[in-house]
Amino acid sequence: MNSDMWKVPDRFRPVISSLCITCKKCIKECSYDVLEFNNGAIHAKHGCVACQRCVEMCPQDAIEIQRVPETMAPHGTYTERHRRAILSQANSGGVLLSSCGTDIPYNSIFDDLLLDAAQVTNPAIDPLRETVETKTYLGSRNGSLRLSSEGSFAVKPGCGIMMDMPVMLGHVSLGAVSYNTQKALFMAARRLNILAGTGEGGLHRDFREFAPHLNSEVASGRFGVNPDFLKDVASIEIKIGQGAKPGHGGHLPGEKVSDLISETRMIPLGTDALSPYPHHDIYSIEDLEQLIATLKEAVNYEHPVGVKIAAVHNIAAIASGAVRAGADFITLDGFRGGTGSTPRIIRDHAGIPIEAAVAVVDKRLTEEGLRNRVTLCAGGSIRSSADMIKMIALGADVVGVCTAALIAMGCRLCQSCHLGKCSWGIATQKPDLVSRMDPELGATRVVRLLSAWNEELKEILGAMGIDSVESLVGNRDRLRYIGPNPRIADIMGIKHAGEGWG
Amino acid sequence: MMSMSSNMINSALAASETVIDATGKDQYGRPIDYKIVNNEIRRAVSEGVKNITLTGVMGQRYIATAVDKKINISINGTPGNNLGAFMDGPFIEVFGNAQDMTGNTMSSGEIIVHGNAWDVTGLSMRGGKIFVKGNTGTRVGIHMKEFGQMSPHIVIGGRAGDYLGEYMAGGVILVLGENIPKQISPVGLSIGSGIHGGRIFIRGKVNANQLGVGAKLETVNDDDLKLINELIKEYESWFGSSSSEGDFVKVVPFSSRPFRGHFDSTPI
Repeated sequence: MNSDMWKVPDRFRPVISSLCITCKKCIKECSYDVLEFNNGAIHAKHGCVACQRCVEMCPQDAIEIQRVPETMAPHGTYTERHRRAILSQANSGGVLLSSCGTDIPYNSIFDDLLLDAAQVTNPAIDPLRETVETKTYLGSRNGSLRLSSEGSFAVKPGCGIMMDMPVMLGHVSLGAVSYNTQKALFMAARRLNILAGTGEGGLHRDFREFAPHLNSEVASGRFGVNPDFLKDVASIEIKIGQGAKPGHGGHLPGEKVSDLISETRMIPLGTDALSPYPHHDIYSIEDLEQLIATLKEAVNYEHPVGVKIAAVHNIAAIASGAVRAGADFITLDGFRGGTGSTPRIIRDHAGIPIEAAVAVVDKRLTEEGLRNRVTLCAGGSIRSSADMIKMIALGADVVGVCTAALIAMGCRLCQSCHLGKCSWGIATQKPDLVSRMDPELGATRVVRLLSAWNEELKEILGAMGIDSVESLVGNRDRLRYIGPNPRIADIMGIKHAGEGWG
Repeated sequence: MMSMSSNMINSALAASETVIDATGKDQYGRPIDYKIVNNEIRRAVSEGVKNITLTGVMGQRYIATAVDKKINISINGTPGNNLGAFMDGPFIEVFGNAQDMTGNTMSSGEIIVHGNAWDVTGLSMRGGKIFVKGNTGTRVGIHMKEFGQMSPHIVIGGRAGDYLGEYMAGGVILVLGENIPKQISPVGLSIGSGIHGGRIFIRGKVNANQLGVGAKLETVNDDDLKLINELIKEYESWFGSSSSEGDFVKVVPFSSRPFRGHFDSTPI
């Protein structure tokens, strides 16, 4: 044996068909340097991640990415995945890193839930002819009334933000994604009149114009957080945790800290941007209360201040504490949520499903008389409008969508964001790759996707005989469970299929 | 809640100067609510007041949060947690002790404390200066960072607790160790744990086993001494002469990329 580094075989291989005219476009498009031209033909080398860029860009449709068949002796316990991980870590001695949400096919509870529909005793509504309302508020909408001695009353407006659909684009920082990608997401949020998350990297000066449609993030690194950043935006979110990496800080490797990122995050060029694992001013609910109060003071109580927590075992009690600490909204992020970089061990094995988390938090807050104080947002693996609608019925006011929006913009979920070479110009800071993302096109595709989802939401609301999405929030009686584990249905407060109303 | 009293502001003073009296008690005999005090400060700032004096401060939190004007604020009494959080510009002088999280995520300005300032002073600070005459608690200067011309500085007259400069990514911390006996270290354990930028200077005894992950000791050079002397001069301008003498120890990061090589990106 010459080397102490043994082979971990590729999982994917580009196969070039006879339709190829050797235009070499694929070689230029492949940012992972997998393809080469020699002896008059295109050949594939090592390292394909199945990003599908060459397939999409080939003018001849001559490329197909094939899954390399598993070649190790089959074993039910030590699957090839396990053996690849062992070999790789024996090579590197490192913590396995990945990105996007977990790729382990855990059962999705969403897929075990069915929605109700109206028949005879409660008429359905045709959303194409009648009004079905999807407007949603983040934070308190009402404010308060006060009678004066003259009998007239003064209104103190609520600080709530009105959105046209119950959807927020999740937090992706400039750094995790490119300038053009963040711009596209912000443009989409403005056109849809919803909010988009800024992520923890601060706000680039060019993006100030989008501030009324942004939900800013105050995370443990406090990157780019200054008075302007707090006062300009629609809402402020304290990020305690993220579904893809609960209990983990952020770590933007120095390779990604370009001029642009260093300026926006306000850190030196090329250094690692490390976010501490906890906020070091928050070790308790009482401390959380203080940061919430500090932020409310900072913006003179004019913007809602929320708390984002990853869905973990004790989520209901933690959410209850966060509401008591003064949060105007709570964002729950499920364990299948996405990220630009995370240790695999956390991504794949820590947290709980968002479906269970939303249901138990909504139940707990309702039981404790706190639910009306807070807007409940939830995200992490919303793949379709069906997931979105079920999430609302489980208890969420607003649903966070992110990976689906990135897929609409080009992402093929190859889970290589952390390499910084994204061939679609999304999760990269390399200027030639960033320029591949056209913000206008990206925004248009996200707007189309979410508009379609909102239409589907109206269709299902109409079919259920509900004329406003607010009436679906936490309406678990309109869900039925058909999965293998009635215990989880009990915990979530959902009846089994076959059980009637009441 | 007690009504907001207009007599809290001494209108006899010139418009550019305001005294806010926080000695009042609410109906339960507690010090008045921080919201009332901070509201008065916000109002004064919006009216263009340049010098604000607070008297009788008794633990009110969040004073001068996110104030972004170059104004002077004098505080008599004991301000509560998060004094000057997110601030960008003001000069704050405290005639008393400050509590936890003083200067939390501040961008610029100065905070002078004529007493002690406790845990997590200067958390995530990215610019401006904090001078503390007395002692500080744990995790002071945690995750300070610098960019371009912006570089935060913390000067501590007495001692500092554990985890000084944890996660530090830039800026300068100076511990003078005044009135600390020579055989006792003026700093605690895990100094500069996770440090990947910036410098910590400590006058007095520091053993290698007090350093945190990623931190190392280095010899103080002429540029360092110049900076230290400038900061001491500034310290003395606020608090009078500094008495201690002794050599400085310098703590710096091993690397600006401390966790490179920790991860394995192979797709599984």
